[in-house]
Amino acid sequence: MRPILMKGHERPLTFLKYNSDGDLLFSCAKDHTPTVWFADNGERLGTYRGHNGAVWCCDVSRDSTRLITGSADQSAKLWDVQSGAQLFTFNFDSPARAVDFSVGDKLAVITTDPFMGLTSAIHVKRIAADPDDQVGESVLVLKGPQGRINRAVWGPLNKTIISAGEDAVVRIWDTETGKLLQENDKEIGHKKTVTSLAKSTDGSHFLTGSLDKSAKLWDIRSLTLIKTYVTERPVNAVAMSPLLNHVVLGGGQDASAVTTTDHRAGKFEAKFYDKVLQEEIGGVKGHFGPINALAFNPDGKSFSSGGEDGYVRLHHFDPDYFKIPSI
Amino acid sequence: MAEVMSMEDIRTEASRLNIDLSVVDWNSVYVPPGEDFGIKSDDEDLNEEDSLEFDGGFGNVIVVDNLPVVPREKFEKLEGVVRKIYSQLGVIKENGLWMPVEEETGKTRGYCFIEYNTSQEAELAKEKTNGYKLDRAHIFSVNIFDEIEKFMRVPDEWAPPESKPYTSGENLQHWLTDEKGRDQFVIRAGSDTEVLWNDARQVKADPVYKRPFWTESFVQWSPLGTYLATVHRQGAAVWGGASTFNRLMRYAHPQVKLIDFSPGEKYLVTYSSHEPSNPRDSHRVGLNIFDVRTGKVMRDFKGSADEFAFGGTGGFTGVSWPVFRWGGGKEDKYFARLGKNVISVYETETFSLIDKKSIKVENVTDFSWSPADPIFALFVPEQGGGNQPARVSLFQIPSKQELRQKNLFSVSDCKMYWQSEGEYLAVKVDRYTKTKKSTYTGFELFRIKERDIPIEVFELENKNDKIIAFAWEPKGHRFAVIHGDNPRPDISFYSMKGGKVSKLTTLKQKQANALFWSPGGRFVILAGLKGFNGQLEFFNVDELETMATAEHFMATDIEWDPTGRYVATSVTSVHEMENGFNIWSFNGKLLYRILKDHFFQFLWRPRPPSFLSPEKEEEIMKNLKKYSKKYDVEDQDITLLLSEQDREKRKQLKEEWNRWVNEWKKYHQQDKMDRQMLRDGEASDVEEEYEAKEVEIEELVDVSEEIVADA
Repeated sequence: MRPILMKGHERPLTFLKYNSDGDLLFSCAKDHTPTVWFADNGERLGTYRGHNGAVWCCDVSRDSTRLITGSADQSAKLWDVQSGAQLFTFNFDSPARAVDFSVGDKLAVITTDPFMGLTSAIHVKRIAADPDDQVGESVLVLKGPQGRINRAVWGPLNKTIISAGEDAVVRIWDTETGKLLQENDKEIGHKKTVTSLAKSTDGSHFLTGSLDKSAKLWDIRSLTLIKTYVTERPVNAVAMSPLLNHVVLGGGQDASAVTTTDHRAGKFEAKFYDKVLQEEIGGVKGHFGPINALAFNPDGKSFSSGGEDGYVRLHHFDPDYFKIPSI
Repeated sequence: MAEVMSMEDIRTEASRLNIDLSVVDWNSVYVPPGEDFGIKSDDEDLNEEDSLEFDGGFGNVIVVDNLPVVPREKFEKLEGVVRKIYSQLGVIKENGLWMPVEEETGKTRGYCFIEYNTSQEAELAKEKTNGYKLDRAHIFSVNIFDEIEKFMRVPDEWAPPESKPYTSGENLQHWLTDEKGRDQFVIRAGSDTEVLWNDARQVKADPVYKRPFWTESFVQWSPLGTYLATVHRQGAAVWGGASTFNRLMRYAHPQVKLIDFSPGEKYLVTYSSHEPSNPRDSHRVGLNIFDVRTGKVMRDFKGSADEFAFGGTGGFTGVSWPVFRWGGGKEDKYFARLGKNVISVYETETFSLIDKKSIKVENVTDFSWSPADPIFALFVPEQGGGNQPARVSLFQIPSKQELRQKNLFSVSDCKMYWQSEGEYLAVKVDRYTKTKKSTYTGFELFRIKERDIPIEVFELENKNDKIIAFAWEPKGHRFAVIHGDNPRPDISFYSMKGGKVSKLTTLKQKQANALFWSPGGRFVILAGLKGFNGQLEFFNVDELETMATAEHFMATDIEWDPTGRYVATSVTSVHEMENGFNIWSFNGKLLYRILKDHFFQFLWRPRPPSFLSPEKEEEIMKNLKKYSKKYDVEDQDITLLLSEQDREKRKQLKEEWNRWVNEWKKYHQQDKMDRQMLRDGEASDVEEEYEAKEVEIEELVDVSEEIVADA
């Protein structure tokens, strides 16, 4: 499984996203230009120019026509995937971070960072079918959590929004009323910033990664803690295989501490765990810096990782991988 | 007012008295001193601590009896004499000396009171001058004032003391009777201190006892493993017991910094240093030697740090620890300390200097006890620019006889290594080359147990090789040396057998900078710590072969368990990452690994020497097969059980997981229609059949019109 190195970004990667067909890979980095690649051979297809700050997150609509990106330039933008044209810009008073399309792509959730006295917030926007009808008003604004909200995603049937961030708490919000429905139990929850959150393919459970050196698997409806995966380093990125019962954790120490240690000390590995047994089953090395982003191809036959080193590494699994006995 | 009032009662009472509670300034309300209205204060801990220091109130006053009775004319002279004696032992308070006088005659009454600043001074004065002979007729009898009351209560008639029935204490060595023959270890991580069994068969650590904030700085096992010592602001404490860890004894020593047990764990030395009150003074240090079992102070030493700062390399605020080095094997008979031009040897029967004199050795800089016998080796560096050679001598205690001496020339430095049974002594000597620009290293090997203690000079084949590490095989006759230049030094093994040093082998170009022999000898770990990132090589010296190589990345510490069966390697909090420890078998198989953030300490619980007689041990060795059979069976049973348990657990996990998944599927199915609706009727949920449709898109790339001219 010789990885394909995709060098297109000049700054650390922040996020990776496959489209639902699994033929395109979208990458976000701190260098202002989200990029789209062929998920098969890693060829660069194009870039989306227009942001004026680091791009933190993106999502692509189910029909692969629309891309939404959240950026530190205090905006979230809608793009036409094919032409790369900017369709709309949502402006905020603070940096935008997480973005996620709802089921049906008619709504999008966008989180904004605490900034200049503003608290963090979760905004819900309506996405019009025709970009000319698009408006910037929020349908709903949720506030409350302290500190940055690193990820917010839609729950089943768009009835809930799940958010997590710096205060280490995972929350479920009601999208009808805007009320906070649930917070995870402090005893069993993360102890430090939640850095990443990934939903399962069927949207029934999700995985959170945290700087407390663990990742946790939760039931999306009841917020019950199902599994905990303990690792040796802070977790920056998580992903779940849609095919096998595997989860992948990526991370490393703080970027600021990287230079002070041998690259082996950081062990910038993507670590594979058995989802059910919570045991480490393998690792994929290669990055020169911490892994910031991970994504599984929806077909489960390849995955990609994005690092602080500015590379995206595209890994197609060897046939042997699929012979790993599950339990 | 013994009952505690509820807030409700207070309100009704206040309204009855026409007091508006909202305008009452609660901070202005004071309880009369000494009255608590039946409400116990919450901060009892505080009170307890205070009571330690200020018990009584006249603790700093002493009563000196049997003074001469003098008339008024001589009063001042006597007072002067008394003041002179007692002001040497502490600071007498202003007007702190009071000698009562009989009113009619003006004669003194033959006693006086002296008030010191502190009770410690009073205690010292009592200790030093009780029984002091002023002259033949006047032998002082000194008591602390507080004790007078105690003496008053002594009944005039003697009653035989009640003999308490003997209650047997706990078996403090209970951990040795573990059925599985496991060893314990203590770890400190974060604020928690935890004692665990090393359950190597089940490849895990089995918790015994855990306690947060057990110690304020570090923990330490006593040398035979009976006690675990903790260090606190008020003093040290030891813990142990049959079933769990109870506090067995406390040793009061405020601000204790360091502790050290005697090898037979009879005594505990505690050390504290105090910041000087003005910058010209040096640190004050205090040392107490406690009897471990009774908790009694056997001897205390006080002085400035300079007095205790000789010899040794580096150390704690100038003091080389341990200040007192224990000698004479496990009997704890002697201890010694290096002073300026002297070595002071004390014996523990009276806790005083042997023959009331220190041993005078001009310019001595270092000494080292034999681990087994009351013999120590000392080193005196070169004097007078090389006119007086450096020398190493062996002294026997208590005779103070010099057993052997060796003069050495052009020496720059010297280090002494005793073999664990005291059979051999290796002295590593760094000598200057002729040009004095560089040094080279040789060894002087003493055979202590042979007649006249023969000395052999031993040099490496390449004299210029730097010595990186040296270590004797415990209980053996071999030693290992790491020599050569970084980054890949060589390691050589030598044997002392046969009256002459013989080389066993040299391992070329190893990534190692430290040697860790198994406590049973034979096996050694060649470790590359620090710069070498934790390379480990498990080497069998009997067969001269490598058993395994491994790596514990960034490892900082390596410790063999007391039986030599297992090894722990740990990464302590000097590194930020990777904190935790690994347990290996003696032959280099990784058994398990535990990660702990902020990992400070890993210590195996030592074992006392075997209680079996040599004959019995020999018999066991002879019938080893018979015994080992039993354990083999046990081992196998456990392995089977383990894999069975493991399978069971996995099965259970899997079942649980499937239950989850089915539940989700059910919900997912239920939501199917809703989801379709949200997607405007598009049916394709991911799990439904994938339909690959080929879509052809024609794109108009360019349109250009050309007018074709008619021909």
